[in-house]
Amino acid sequence: MSQTSSVADAAPAVTRSPSIARAKRSQIRGKLPVLVLFLPPALLLFTVFVILPMGEAAWYSFYNWNGYGLPDQWIGTRNYELIFNNGAFRQALINNGLIILISILVQIPLALWLATMVTHRIKGAVAFRLLFFLPYVLADVAAGMIWRFVYDGQFGLVAGIFNSFGMDAPFWLADRQVAFYAVLGVIVWKYFGFHMMLFVAGLQAIDKNVLEAADIDGATGWQKFFRVTLPLLGSTVRLSVFFAVVGSLQLFDMIMPLTGGGPSNATQTMVTFLYTFGVMRMQVGFGSAVGVVLFIICVTLAFSYKRVFMKND
Amino acid sequence: MTDTTAPIDAAAGSSGGRSVAFRTKIYLYASLIIVAGVVIIPLVMTALGGFKTLGELRGNSFGLPHEWQWSNYADILISQRYWLQMGNSLLIAVLTVFLTLMLSSMAAFTFAHVKFFGSGFLLNYFLVGLMFPAATAILPLFIRIRDLGLLDTYWGVVLPQVAFGLGMSILLFRNFFRNLPSELFDAAFVDGAGYLRFFWSITLPLSRPIIATVGIISFVGSWNSYILPLIMLNSESKYPWPLGIMVYRGEFSTDWQLILAFVTLTLLPTVIVFFAAQKHIIAGLTAGAVK
Repeated sequence: MSQTSSVADAAPAVTRSPSIARAKRSQIRGKLPVLVLFLPPALLLFTVFVILPMGEAAWYSFYNWNGYGLPDQWIGTRNYELIFNNGAFRQALINNGLIILISILVQIPLALWLATMVTHRIKGAVAFRLLFFLPYVLADVAAGMIWRFVYDGQFGLVAGIFNSFGMDAPFWLADRQVAFYAVLGVIVWKYFGFHMMLFVAGLQAIDKNVLEAADIDGATGWQKFFRVTLPLLGSTVRLSVFFAVVGSLQLFDMIMPLTGGGPSNATQTMVTFLYTFGVMRMQVGFGSAVGVVLFIICVTLAFSYKRVFMKND
Repeated sequence: MTDTTAPIDAAAGSSGGRSVAFRTKIYLYASLIIVAGVVIIPLVMTALGGFKTLGELRGNSFGLPHEWQWSNYADILISQRYWLQMGNSLLIAVLTVFLTLMLSSMAAFTFAHVKFFGSGFLLNYFLVGLMFPAATAILPLFIRIRDLGLLDTYWGVVLPQVAFGLGMSILLFRNFFRNLPSELFDAAFVDGAGYLRFFWSITLPLSRPIIATVGIISFVGSWNSYILPLIMLNSESKYPWPLGIMVYRGEFSTDWQLILAFVTLTLLPTVIVFFAAQKHIIAGLTAGAVK
């Protein structure tokens, strides 16, 4: 502070000091070196490995190309037609939608419910928070492998439960009808703790006086929750939904050890579809087209969601 | 599910009768313990399963091992592959964190303090990277890495990882830098410091919290990453541990006791570090989300 005032003292009119300080910033030594040294490395890396590949994906997507030589077999929008006529891709699209739906209808309410509990002043509340957050820091691949074991019909925990009742154990991950629900269970198990922690932060930011005022006005617990707490958590809910959507669209690591997208594509997501049909078969054109579709979905969702729901956050 | 929150909230928030508070407590603990069980049982049984024989996994799913098979773990711990994979993951993560911190703090500094033509546009350019995952451009990325001769090298994983993390890291750094008191800048300027001095001697030393946040986000992301190494690396000697798990599983397909021991050992560092530094890790990972 004292330094600012010394700048002000030196200035002819004290009231103009901020603008003078700002005007002089342009004369500060080292502006050019900073611009030349500080920005280009990041700019170069970002352009070469993020922006150009995305542009190239758009370019390759109009070719039939196996990745060697140059793409020269122009096939127009054939790859896109193939994608949308592909049953596995439609399944992947539906699955990604279902993951978002389950996140919103099950995972986020569960997370909010648990957040209200672990923000009570009870013994062990912090330990519960930690425990619930733990699955989030474990790698998706490891979580997928653990649950592959849990669901295993021969050696797994589910088998153990069924056997103890004298029943034959099911192979859930091999069952077309059930596999995807089993995967959804793992997703909730892995990510609810992250959303809970967002809500814990949101709940702690709520002014206790507001809730006390509601008490004095005779609000019931339900009224307090739905009329006071929940509206005040609005931005957290919107953020939480946003992450659920983004997370769903890039889900891949966890699916590979669990099912690899099977049985018969029942648990395919858009990224596992891209991997199975684009990368594994080196169909660069086709895989790039899948990437472009995914990109368009991501950007459209991100933009419209931000515009509609998060404009005030 | 949300409905049930209301009564609890009421009982604990207001000064309701003692018996209500007690009943609420029972309800709270019962719910929390059930959820905790669902979270922890798969993890504990994975660790315990590594001590069993395959036959025991079949008959004795939830009990302690009758005879602890220490050799399952010991064989992995004396194997080269486990340490090699841990080392690979660590090396890739350290390089990623170092490069991310360096590049994003420098870029963010220019966005926060230097006025230049097109700065707004360039910042938005970086923020485009926040909107889509690396998977969307994975095939062109593979071809680029191949053409640069970086296929099957650590850099082939590190560079794209850093690039895709730049958007978030630059945003976090820039917001932090802008919130540092501007008096600092004026003071440094009056004392004759240039931008470089100001960055190195004043901004960075004050930025420990945000360096920790960005460092944690990029470390955890790299340590757990799977799709980039899967596509860029060919030799098993360079595999990080998430790829190693998949290879191990492919090799020992139904020897679940060995796979469980391997998964447990690969997760052990994460769990230990998480509990040792939980405050920083949770703050870091959620701060990245909130800001």
